[in-house]
Amino acid sequence: MSIDFGLIFARMPEILAAFWVTVWIWIVSNVLAVFLGFGVATLRRYGPLWLDLLLRLLVEIIRGTPFLVQLFLLYFGGPFIGLSLDPIPAGLLGMTVYSTAYYSEIFRAGYNAIPVGHIEAAECVGLTRGQIIRRILVPEMTMLVLPQCVNMAILMMKETAILSIITVPELTLVVGAIGSQQYAFVEAMLLLALFYWFLVELSGFLGRIAEARLSKFRFAHS
Amino acid sequence: MTRSAVTVRDVHKSFGKTEVLKGIDLSVPQGSTTCLLGPSGSGKSTLLRCIAFLEETTSGTIEINGQPLGFAETGDGKRTRLPQSDIRKVRSRIGMVFQQFNLWPHMTALGNVTEALVTVRGMKRKEANAIGEAQLARVGLDDRGHHYPSELSGGQQQRVAIARALALEPDILLFDEPTSSLDPELTGEVLNVMRELAGGGMTMIVVTHEIGFAASVGEKIVFLDEGKLLLDGPPSEIFGTPRHPRLQQFLETYLDRGAATLV
Repeated sequence: MSIDFGLIFARMPEILAAFWVTVWIWIVSNVLAVFLGFGVATLRRYGPLWLDLLLRLLVEIIRGTPFLVQLFLLYFGGPFIGLSLDPIPAGLLGMTVYSTAYYSEIFRAGYNAIPVGHIEAAECVGLTRGQIIRRILVPEMTMLVLPQCVNMAILMMKETAILSIITVPELTLVVGAIGSQQYAFVEAMLLLALFYWFLVELSGFLGRIAEARLSKFRFAHS
Repeated sequence: MTRSAVTVRDVHKSFGKTEVLKGIDLSVPQGSTTCLLGPSGSGKSTLLRCIAFLEETTSGTIEINGQPLGFAETGDGKRTRLPQSDIRKVRSRIGMVFQQFNLWPHMTALGNVTEALVTVRGMKRKEANAIGEAQLARVGLDDRGHHYPSELSGGQQQRVAIARALALEPDILLFDEPTSSLDPELTGEVLNVMRELAGGGMTMIVVTHEIGFAASVGEKIVFLDEGKLLLDGPPSEIFGTPRHPRLQQFLETYLDRGAATLV
């Protein structure tokens, strides 16, 4: 028996459609999670104590349980509380919630890493709290947390494979099925690995460009 | 008699159970330079930070140009917090310069100086830049406006920080150990800027370890020890003989290191 990609390439349109599903779910859920994660970290920092504790508990629960389990609960358990979702919306929601928890922790640490003096200097020249967040904290934090955000996005890229268990028609599900049907399972998995590797390299590359652009004001302390 | 720019009355400040300021009274005349000296832990930085309203006093009052800062007395010995807008108004008369410069690293020197003019005062970018460039020229950095803090030396960063404070035309400038994180070589350029400001009639309160600067530029020397104001007077009186034994002891630590020369 020899490796023959021809069997797989015959089904390329289906594979590209699945590739597209993977990519858009990944991008949309990560973009949403970055904003939501920032929101969660900001509420925890400036909101009342009870809200901080509540959000902290939610973040701990999400970070403390496997993504696979969360997806099962959402997709199969959801209908019991009136939340019946199709695979794609369920996958998108699951990905977003899961990564929001992690992004919120990245931003929380980012807030804490900004020297207090930078905030005091802004207070001294009369900036309001909202202006301080917008003009000082967000830009400073962006450069501090960028490497971790890229890392998180890469991890979440690979987590999209788990969406196959709730039948989201993404790469792993589709390519795996084609491999079984064509009796070319190894070829399918090799191709699959290649796709993910390409996406991970691409995001790493984009991340490095962004970091280089921001590096000018990176090491600004005396 | 000159009006008082800053009046501190019976100010106490505690952090938890630790009382850092134990009843400070101080009056800073307009247009004068007051230097706060004292060993570390004496409360001099805390006092300065209370005047900048970066710390809130536990009790006592601080007035800026006769206006109460932060709190109003209600008459029965208690006090109420003033509305945020009042606090901001009084605070806007004060400029602060920090030991660690605290420039915002994502903005150029000019961006740092003009930030509040645009964001707080609502000035047009062009107008703000004109003011910013003038203030940078005042501290001798007219050619560094487009550099980021990371591209500037410590002394240059501190001068940008001074320009940032000056851009808002404060009545009072506070300096919290402005040269303590600078190399001796870079200290001079910052002290020179401060000397010029003092000569120009700016009201300044300076927490410093530069005894020479205090003795030559300060019109009033305040010596704090263990949260209390021990000495308050002109340099000739404070540094002249006979010296207060606690001050003598403090000065000796400098003289031991051969680091300071008195006037």
